[in-house]
Amino acid sequence: MNMEIKVLFFGSLTDATAVAALNEVTASDTAALQELLHQQYPVLRTAKYFIAVNRQMINKNTTLKTGDVVALMPPFSGG
Amino acid sequence: MAMNDRYIRQVILPGFGMDAQEKLLAAKVLIVGMGGLGCPVLQYMVAAGVGTIGIMDGDTVSMSNLHRQLLFHAGELGQPKVKLAAEKMKEQDSSILVQAYPYALTVSNAAEVVADYDLVIDATDNFMAKYLINDVCVLLNKPWIYGAVSQYQGQLSVFNWREGVASDQLQPINYRDLFPVSPAPHEIATCEEAGVIGVLPGIIGTMQAAEAIKIITGLGLPLYGRLYNYDLLQARSYEIAIVKQEDPVKIDQAFFEAMNYDLFCGQPEEDPDMHDIEEINVDTFMQLRADPDVFVLDVREKHEYPAIDFADAQIPMSELQTGMAALPDKSICVICHQGIRSVYAAQLIRARRNLTVYSLKGGLTAYFKKES
Repeated sequence: MNMEIKVLFFGSLTDATAVAALNEVTASDTAALQELLHQQYPVLRTAKYFIAVNRQMINKNTTLKTGDVVALMPPFSGG
Repeated sequence: MAMNDRYIRQVILPGFGMDAQEKLLAAKVLIVGMGGLGCPVLQYMVAAGVGTIGIMDGDTVSMSNLHRQLLFHAGELGQPKVKLAAEKMKEQDSSILVQAYPYALTVSNAAEVVADYDLVIDATDNFMAKYLINDVCVLLNKPWIYGAVSQYQGQLSVFNWREGVASDQLQPINYRDLFPVSPAPHEIATCEEAGVIGVLPGIIGTMQAAEAIKIITGLGLPLYGRLYNYDLLQARSYEIAIVKQEDPVKIDQAFFEAMNYDLFCGQPEEDPDMHDIEEINVDTFMQLRADPDVFVLDVREKHEYPAIDFADAQIPMSELQTGMAALPDKSICVICHQGIRSVYAAQLIRARRNLTVYSLKGGLTAYFKKES
């Protein structure tokens, strides 16, 4: 079964992706999603960001299901 | 206190009263950075009646500051920001004590300055200062309010707020739970490089001031444990619940003293590739450790388990500054429990010894997972 999820990019990550969101991305878990995104946008490989699933930060691989919203959030430093 | 009409419109608010006003008067707030964020923070802290305010910044006013730092004007170019700001705040309300620190926060002055305040507001524009504020506030058990901007977006959160956790035994969420390792130089562009729209730090700084008033008075629910992201172009906010790291960086005196914030957080004038550490996976690690020209360094503390037999040396992170001279002139592969401390250690070694340095991604946890 295809898991269709939405991915949001914040801050300077959109410099790499050129879009703020991707719809209908297929990935079974966050590790697979990262692998997919890193292939599509190699700059993300070395970028600093954390991942949130449905507005909750995660710090280990997390299973995804259809309708989930995954956010990639980098640190900001400007002031 | 001699009550006058100055605060009457907030004192009559439901839940506010003289009680909250007196808490503001008794409060001591340190604002680090007197730029786009710091200007509105300071103005609202003074206007709200916060009794003692420290302002810290080593910069002088420049023309490119003026579109977002509204305390200053073109006739003041080249003058120290905190001196000007303190003078202006005296005109706004001479009963407020504004203490100016006309220099940057550093590892050697941080603890002494911060110790005199109850709450720190991060209005800085660089990672070095943000990590330094975080670590010194954790060490001294002070809450701090994070604010930052990037082009058209801003971030805000409250860290290390003791009242946010149920038990004294629990460590409140801090900035290193969000981003354990600081970005390499140039990895994240500064305002100078990437640009910023003037009104954005005005919005984020004003929100930081609002959080400060809530923390001081006990009103409402501070933005603790939540990262608030504001997108000015879309006029949308996005909030993320922060989760504490399972193996958090232990911020103690030894860690604080061992950190070189200038090196780790990257100053703009440095070589951008200088501290970009290659993180290797377990398969690559297995190849490297078999190579006699690669030296495997374990930076875990002596009490950490499990014991391993494949490290060429163990120098705990807390002793690395002094122990580094013992490293051979070989490529160094640094390992630790989770692969976070090893990145710091690798950065430090690269900076001091100029050797090729790797860090095992995921640390020994990833190694043993692969082995089993």
